[in-house]
Amino acid sequence: MTRYILKRVVLAIITVLIICFITFFAMNSIPGGPFNKEKALSPATVAALNARYNLDKPIPQQFALYMKGVLHGDFGVSLKNGREITDIIKESFPISAKLGLIAVTIALVAGTVFGSIAALFRNKWPDRVIVFLSTLFTSMPSFVLATLLLLVFCIRLGWFPVWGNEEVSYFLPVLSLAAYPMAYTTRLAKTSMLDALSQDYIRTANAKGVAKWKVIFKHALRNSLIPVITYAGPEIAYIITGSMVVETIFTVGGIGSKFVTAITNRDYTMIMATTIFLATLMVVANLLVDIVYKLVDPRINYD
Amino acid sequence: MKLFSLQQNPDLFKPATEEEKSQQDVMSESVSFFKDGCRKLMKNPLAVFSIIVLAIIVLAIIFVPIFVPYEYDEMLSVNGKRDKGAKNLAPFTYSELEQEYIDNGGQRFPHIFGTDEQCRDYFIRVIYGTRVSLIVGIFASVIVLIIGVLYGAISGYVGGKADMIMMRIVDIIYALPDMIIIILLSVVFREIITFPSGSLLSRLGTNMVSLFIVYGLLYWVSMARQVRGQILSIKENEYILAAKAIGTKSGRIIKRHILPNCLSVIIISTALQVPSAIFTESYLSFVGLGVSAPMPSLGSLANAAREGLQSYPYKLIFPAIMICLIVLSLNLLGDGLRDAFDPKLKK
Repeated sequence: MTRYILKRVVLAIITVLIICFITFFAMNSIPGGPFNKEKALSPATVAALNARYNLDKPIPQQFALYMKGVLHGDFGVSLKNGREITDIIKESFPISAKLGLIAVTIALVAGTVFGSIAALFRNKWPDRVIVFLSTLFTSMPSFVLATLLLLVFCIRLGWFPVWGNEEVSYFLPVLSLAAYPMAYTTRLAKTSMLDALSQDYIRTANAKGVAKWKVIFKHALRNSLIPVITYAGPEIAYIITGSMVVETIFTVGGIGSKFVTAITNRDYTMIMATTIFLATLMVVANLLVDIVYKLVDPRINYD
Repeated sequence: MKLFSLQQNPDLFKPATEEEKSQQDVMSESVSFFKDGCRKLMKNPLAVFSIIVLAIIVLAIIFVPIFVPYEYDEMLSVNGKRDKGAKNLAPFTYSELEQEYIDNGGQRFPHIFGTDEQCRDYFIRVIYGTRVSLIVGIFASVIVLIIGVLYGAISGYVGGKADMIMMRIVDIIYALPDMIIIILLSVVFREIITFPSGSLLSRLGTNMVSLFIVYGLLYWVSMARQVRGQILSIKENEYILAAKAIGTKSGRIIKRHILPNCLSVIIISTALQVPSAIFTESYLSFVGLGVSAPMPSLGSLANAAREGLQSYPYKLIFPAIMICLIVLSLNLLGDGLRDAFDPKLKK
């Protein structure tokens, strides 16, 4: 077990290093320095600025210096507004984290519940309704759903304010973010619940006369949860990328919308910092999911 | 006792009568794996429905541009004069200039989906957008198909150390967050790559090229894993051993025994790859890294529609329905293919 965790941690560290490497060198391959503005600066000023931001040093040394900064929580300054990127992340990430965590929880819990209901009422109307809805939501990109929700509930019906940071405004972003993973989890939970219900130990429990709800909750549900946990990794990745779109549409000031703004503004230091930050987040999330998976199901052997 | 007699019963050695011979005839044609799968697919109403929907969409994107007299980047004009009133028309309405032209006996093709804010016919833009989205989806899937199958097949068939190293590479690529890398590379490529103007690549734009590159670099890993797993399990089968024992050459083993058994996995994951690529493209268009203007894609149309959402919601609805319809039918078709072709699900 310890060996497995160690192996996974090493792999995760390598992945993060590769991401930093790709990001740094990709950004450095863009022609033109950060001080090539419309207003020409004197060569002396440019030289001074380059020296100030270590841009006069060879690229490998710049990379080392940048990585040293990143490890100390210093991502440099934004090219557009000159603010410390670390500050921007500090203030926008909690909003995204809250949004994302609510969405992940809702998607997993509701997905499992709906999937189990569909499996228990197989081929009856609850199953058909759930399957129809989950198929519909898995074929709708999050930005389409988010825009439609915005159109219907904010503009046409006026139930929610279009702009705002109040508590209530989390409802629609969470809904549009959680819809796809929820639908996917539902399908997954249904299949694995059906699978679990057809096992011999369920028949044994039924034959012994164990109460129906006890069979479902204690035997079937617990075993059907394993594939659902595996999906948590891709789900978190989906929610992180999805949040960029959803935050932009609902003008939530999270890190996702900051990333999109940085792309439109060609704010390269900001793009670099957010890429490394979000990618590391995804890798760490995946690592945790893998370890939890192993803890939950000791039957799985990776070696 | 008759039981121990060595004398044979001559009745058993009589030639068979015609009636007995005909019993041996196979009444139905022998059903190949492929035919059997197709028959099952045709029995699945959802799969048939999605095939019909996809066929209609494909026919529409091929033939509609021939019949509709507008171009996707054409600003409307009447008698050679720019029609500035034809801005943001509702579906099936005409601008004042066009109405005047029709009243004077002229013929004008209706704007089925209305027009956009640059006086372009929206119907033809949605049709072209569908075309672009589908082409991007299929092309990206073909890239994944080729690289994934080759890599997986080599890794699985060669085995040993080479397999181990190849799979570690796959592990690392698998752990990279693909969407963020696509965005990153798109940002970089739009600055450093330029194409000769006029070519298809330059019309699609560098963003689409970086999408293809990233698909070629990152997305093939799950396909490679599946193909490798499939080959590893097939290699262990008795019929392969039997084929080897009677001296079959490995080329024939791959062609006759291994490939047909992998085919179902390959077909299914390619069918499911197309909607995922269409999703990715529309997502990139949303972030502003999609196809270059004026070329439309469904994602960029839906994104552009957010501007005037309050007044012209139909401009979002049309491309949105199109994306959902395509992705829904492809997903249902993929599920149907899996049910029909996956040998493991056979009862």
